[in-house]
Amino acid sequence: MEAEAAKLVGAGLAAIGAGLAATGVGNVFGSFLEGALRNPGAADGQQGRLFIGFAAAELLGLLAFVVAMILIFVA
Amino acid sequence: MAAEEGKVDPMKQFAIEPMLGSENWEIAGFNIAFTNSAMWMMITTILLTLFMVGGMKRELVPGRWQMMVESFTGFIDDMLEANIGKEGRTYLPYIFSLFMFILFANLLGLLPLGLVGVHPFTFTSHFTVTGVLAVMSFSIVLIVGFWKHGFKFFSLFVPHGTPLWLMWLIPVIELISFMVRPFSLALRLFVAMMAGHVLLKVLSSFVIDSVNAGAGYGAFIGIPSFTLMIAISALEILVAGIQAYVFALLTSLYINDAEHLH
Repeated sequence: MEAEAAKLVGAGLAAIGAGLAATGVGNVFGSFLEGALRNPGAADGQQGRLFIGFAAAELLGLLAFVVAMILIFVA
Repeated sequence: MAAEEGKVDPMKQFAIEPMLGSENWEIAGFNIAFTNSAMWMMITTILLTLFMVGGMKRELVPGRWQMMVESFTGFIDDMLEANIGKEGRTYLPYIFSLFMFILFANLLGLLPLGLVGVHPFTFTSHFTVTGVLAVMSFSIVLIVGFWKHGFKFFSLFVPHGTPLWLMWLIPVIELISFMVRPFSLALRLFVAMMAGHVLLKVLSSFVIDSVNAGAGYGAFIGIPSFTLMIAISALEILVAGIQAYVFALLTSLYINDAEHLH
């Protein structure tokens, strides 16, 4: 395979990571909602932790995007 | 990967250009041209100052504007109270400036000013800018940590209850997770803003190309793409707020580590 083609295939494969991060972010908010509906009184106090979990899950998806961008524009 | 003729180049919006004929300004051999990035930083600062000054009249019965400003300050104050405790007040000026600056920058970059020929520049979509913000937060953590605790600050790398036979592994992992903090802070903001703007430009190229290809393509590809663009724009406004909040939240958590160790 040509090097240029391999780069583009790699960038496409990196998109899998973005999709998996989408599952992760959905899981964070879904689980929060599940818990919040069981005990609405405690939900407001946990919003900080909700966004920490969101940030951690999202970062890994963004890293996949960075990998794709590096493959296309830098490597 | 240069864009071909007549195509929308999704990366062109991030190009940095010198403004007002300043491309040859130099100090000691370094170019200090007044770029569009610097101009939008200045616009952000001016708008933010106007917003704050308008709401700081300290009237006994607050008007709408003062309520708006007070809800922002109260929001950040509550966040610091919850995450750092009563020492958190000390960091209110820094965290509040950080939050409002990033929020205004993200929102200004989304304004549809292209309709009147002014192209907004989202300077938070550049790693250099977010990197400097992250390094500022990280150095505050280091300075506060070593100032308050001296060399005891290194006990941050040994969590309570670490068994002795794991001493060779846990501090290494903790050190790595501590050192990647500025990178993860900067990377998150920069990629989130950049990805959203690239997505909008790619969708806009779908609309333009499909309409140019004929009425049928325009109806079946252009109109759904345009609807999606509107929805993504709404999502981007949400992301602009969330990213500013997450940056401020994580900074306050890291400062809490420096204040209280584990």
